[in-house]
Amino acid sequence: MTQPKNFGYDDDAAALKTQAEKFFTDRLPVDQLHALVAQNPTPDRAPEVVWKPEIWREMTELGWSILTVPEAHGGLGLPLVAVAGLIEAQGKSACPSPLLETLNSGLVLSHCSEPSVGFEAILAGKAVSLAFSDQHGSCGPSKTLVSVTDGALSGQAFFVQDAAKADAYLVAARSDTGVAWYWVDAKAAGLSCDHNAIIDLTRDQATLTFNNVEAVCVGADAEAAFAAAEPAILALLAADITGAGEWLLQTTVEYVSVRKQFDHALGFFQAVKHPLVNVMSQIDETKSLAYFAACAYDSGEDRAAQAGHMAKASASVTADFSASRAVQLHGGIGFTWEAYVHLFFKRQVHSKALYGDAIWHRSKLADIVLGPVAAAQ
Amino acid sequence: MSESARVETPEQAEFRQYCRSWIAANHPGESPVRLPQSAIEIMNPDQMDFLQAWQKSAYDAGLVGCDYPKECGGGGHTNFQRIANDELVKAKTPILPNVIGLGMAAPTILNHASDELKAKLLPKLLSGEEIWCQGFSEPGAGSDLANVQTFAEPTDDGKWVINGHKVWTSLAHFADWMIILVRTDKSHKYDGLSYFVVPIKAALGKGVTVRPLIKMTGETGFNEVLFENLVIEDRMRLDELGKGWQVAMTTLLFERGAGNLDTPRAGGMESKTSFTSSVGSVMKLATETMRNGKPASEDPVLRDTLMQELVKEEGFMQTQRRARVRGLIDHPMRIPLQGKLLVSELHQRTANLAMEVAGAKGTLYLADSAAPTGGQWPLAYMNSFGFTIAAGTSEVQRNILGERVLGLPKSK
Repeated sequence: MTQPKNFGYDDDAAALKTQAEKFFTDRLPVDQLHALVAQNPTPDRAPEVVWKPEIWREMTELGWSILTVPEAHGGLGLPLVAVAGLIEAQGKSACPSPLLETLNSGLVLSHCSEPSVGFEAILAGKAVSLAFSDQHGSCGPSKTLVSVTDGALSGQAFFVQDAAKADAYLVAARSDTGVAWYWVDAKAAGLSCDHNAIIDLTRDQATLTFNNVEAVCVGADAEAAFAAAEPAILALLAADITGAGEWLLQTTVEYVSVRKQFDHALGFFQAVKHPLVNVMSQIDETKSLAYFAACAYDSGEDRAAQAGHMAKASASVTADFSASRAVQLHGGIGFTWEAYVHLFFKRQVHSKALYGDAIWHRSKLADIVLGPVAAAQ
Repeated sequence: MSESARVETPEQAEFRQYCRSWIAANHPGESPVRLPQSAIEIMNPDQMDFLQAWQKSAYDAGLVGCDYPKECGGGGHTNFQRIANDELVKAKTPILPNVIGLGMAAPTILNHASDELKAKLLPKLLSGEEIWCQGFSEPGAGSDLANVQTFAEPTDDGKWVINGHKVWTSLAHFADWMIILVRTDKSHKYDGLSYFVVPIKAALGKGVTVRPLIKMTGETGFNEVLFENLVIEDRMRLDELGKGWQVAMTTLLFERGAGNLDTPRAGGMESKTSFTSSVGSVMKLATETMRNGKPASEDPVLRDTLMQELVKEEGFMQTQRRARVRGLIDHPMRIPLQGKLLVSELHQRTANLAMEVAGAKGTLYLADSAAPTGGQWPLAYMNSFGFTIAAGTSEVQRNILGERVLGLPKSK
């Protein structure tokens, strides 16, 4: 199947994005976000989980959390490019929510053989998160440190996103027959959740410890399901970074248009103007690749994997560049806790590493387009 | 995605099919002379003759100027040129030599000239029978274009006498015509400019001198043009007296690829399949080049660098695709005005990277039989500066983007 000229981004997709932008601006404008998540500047503060569950409830009522559930399982049948628009809007608001992870879980379940229990929960408005990383932050399920014995899980999963907001987890666990995906209720006996102290104020992250936890197998081949879902996951994350990048760009443009030095607004000076143009180009690249990857996924193309790696490789650069230039070009005020810039800076720092950084994805891309390098003798 | 996968009207689909069959039957094949990498590097009459004949045949077949009105020698269609371009680029045809005419003079004439001039000039411009050049830059007017000093003085019988000095004039040594920005009033910087078309070939030795400049590559292709008391008719003026700057803005809009009419193009630098513009060809070079006993493509640092450019190249192409999706763009000029900046810098980095991949062999130039790809990479790298400097330097482009798209205050 070939890709449609317009990425499949139709009027419905545009309407969803417009609705989402309005929703986030209305429910959690940036001053309220700051008041909510940035109450405690203490650097060595204990991990906190700060969010507004009532906003998440509204999002589920709007049907946003079920958008990656296939139509055959009760989903709405919207293409991933439309979902990317929604996530771009969420990224621009930096609204803390389990939406992205729930959508990611829906994507992985879509490639599992027995996904019903998961889809039913998502359709019922439950939040879900993926648990698969080892202590080094492995980017897929193959290195999982959770094992399964007699249908019960033991071990640890690290770097679980928005873990405290999730009602259930999709856990990669190893048995003699390989790594499979398991469905685990967040309140299951024997499961404990240790919050990480993270930089990002708009997310939470945790280490899950499983001690003989009851679980339901939903997909026997975890690696295949993840590989199939990964381009879509990367496309959505790139869309989030695009949205956050655009907030950083526009906010910085506003600031340098107002702040005067040497009798001119800062944006008059090319040393300020040109980096902002470079940020804009970098964001545009990521945005285009995010929708390209989403469209490649929708179209079932072989090169979806390639497109996904390109999208996140670009996105990680954008995350870094948009964040660093925003702080730098704000000058002194950008370095304070009081300015809102740090919220998005920190979200981008987190997103940059999430599901693999630029170097990781360029390396994966090279393996596809240049072929893998033979192991050193 | 193949371009043909786009949704097309039946007429457009039929036209695409027609283009394909025509190109298949009429591709001129291998040139008997070494062809330049782009039209602005055409050096000698053999190259020009070959390329002019090619443009004429493509024009006669209806593949050049498709979207221009019939009374101007065009095809009278809408959105056909893009299709012809797709097919011409994909088929790796030779380039169209009348690049200044097609990309800048034609849309400017269409938008600002009298009906008489349009009918007189456009047919032979589109067919490539008359080559055009652009007289904008001067020794004292580069990035600060409005500082043009070439002066047109009115005569008693309603004509104009031009005196001045234009530089960096690509194709002037072949050109029949020049679009020229001149000063008609010394008291106003912007409002003192007017815009003419000048038959320079007819005036060679009679008020016009063309002196070739040699570029850093050793190639010629651009020139100095001196005007000494050249008399021209007032009917050669485009738009009103004193509106030259506005007319020039139209030219620049199209030059930067941001106009509302697709410029006819074929083969060449913008073709993804041509070696100069594609990261894929650098990757191929990397697999063929040995580094420390192994293919350079196995060097992890080099792989990472190659992938950085591959991501940028694909990102650029997807952004061009996104530019046409209404729901996925922000400011309407945001993507169009980035085009020239991004593609020229991409080509520059790509060619430079190829030389790095080639290692010691990256030192070898055209006349060395051991040079990778015939020494075209260093030529492409050096030529790339023509593109990051011409048509508004990258620095000027960033000013324009910052001001016109981001809304930042105008820099001096």
